[in-house]
Amino acid sequence: MTLEDFIAEFAAQFDDKEAASIGADTKYQELAEWGSLSMMLVIALIHSGFGKNVSADEIRGCDTVKDLYLHVSGES
Amino acid sequence: MNAYIKHVAYVLPDAILSNDTLSKLFPEWSVNKIADKIGIRERHIAAESETAVDLAEQAAQKLFEEKQIDRNSVDFVLFCTQSPDYLLPTSACLLQERLGLPKTCGALDFNLGCSGYIYGLSLAKGLVMGGMAKNVLLLTGDTYSKYIHKSDKSNRAIFGDAASATLVGSLGRVRIDRFVFGTDGSGRDGLIIQSGSNRFPEGGECPPVLDASNFYSSKHLYMNGAAVFNFTLDIVPELVRKVLDQNDLDSKLVDRYVFHQANKFMLETLRKVCRIPEEKFYVGMERVGNTVSSSIPIALSDIGAIEDNSVNKLLLAGFGVGLSWAGCVLTREAS
Repeated sequence: MTLEDFIAEFAAQFDDKEAASIGADTKYQELAEWGSLSMMLVIALIHSGFGKNVSADEIRGCDTVKDLYLHVSGES
Repeated sequence: MNAYIKHVAYVLPDAILSNDTLSKLFPEWSVNKIADKIGIRERHIAAESETAVDLAEQAAQKLFEEKQIDRNSVDFVLFCTQSPDYLLPTSACLLQERLGLPKTCGALDFNLGCSGYIYGLSLAKGLVMGGMAKNVLLLTGDTYSKYIHKSDKSNRAIFGDAASATLVGSLGRVRIDRFVFGTDGSGRDGLIIQSGSNRFPEGGECPPVLDASNFYSSKHLYMNGAAVFNFTLDIVPELVRKVLDQNDLDSKLVDRYVFHQANKFMLETLRKVCRIPEEKFYVGMERVGNTVSSSIPIALSDIGAIEDNSVNKLLLAGFGVGLSWAGCVLTREAS
């Protein structure tokens, strides 16, 4: 999965209004909608896209959408 | 000899916690959007003075009355609960008296959550097949609402209270086939009420569980949703494979897959990972929420699995607190 695809799928988990503003440098934990459900949605996205399980701590440990992509794609 | 599910019934408490009420309680929260994802619109909540034992009694009475069961025919009662009336005595003993079951009846509680119904079926089958009982009344009941902090919106949106009653015996149409079990106690902190029992009676020295998204004290229910979700992604696909193998069953021959009704998003994700066709996969917690050990019997009752002659093979899977999981197959025998 490319970074662009990941951003698109990540953004699709959020409300249209909020999704439009999501990019590589978005600090996702600062999004108004961010919460325990978003955590589950992101875990499912990473599981289907990368075949990997990420923990809540790993998701919290990353800052931006790009950081998370690099973390799960093993490029960081 | 075989063991069969003869009847299933369930009850819900009267009070309803709707999404509208949650919206008013937590105006900053987009409840409707979340409800769409988790697939829950209402949860039933036990009254302050109403316990899981009260609900289990109602479920059993309903089963006796609707199915015209002679209560003297019950020779064992099993009660799956994590919300007992007392630390002791055993709640199943209270239920023997309240239901007017014979004094020759065996009774025991077992403490499991979302995997509990499957474990209960296995215990009931063992009692029947071992010649120790002819009719086992398997009850499930929980009131998690009493454990949830009033500001914990996530768990309030998920869990509902309920109880169920299932009669298992040596005669019937829906046969209980083979089981697969699993346990991983290292995941105990993912879903826990830390204090109030003997390890931390007062909660004073109870180590904190860190998660800013949940409101709780050590006396409240804590759920690390991400950890529980990862656990299910890890074990459920393998559980389904093993249950099929154990029963020498081709997945195509399963008419209905009935998993513990955790929440819609989790179930849909598991369905895709397990490659189960949508039309064979039951999702139905919209008006009850996640009812822990009662979710599978509620689903069986709502589907009409015991009465509906078009459903011949069901695969059941339960998974959750413990961590604990189990699965089995039910088969309708030709009449």
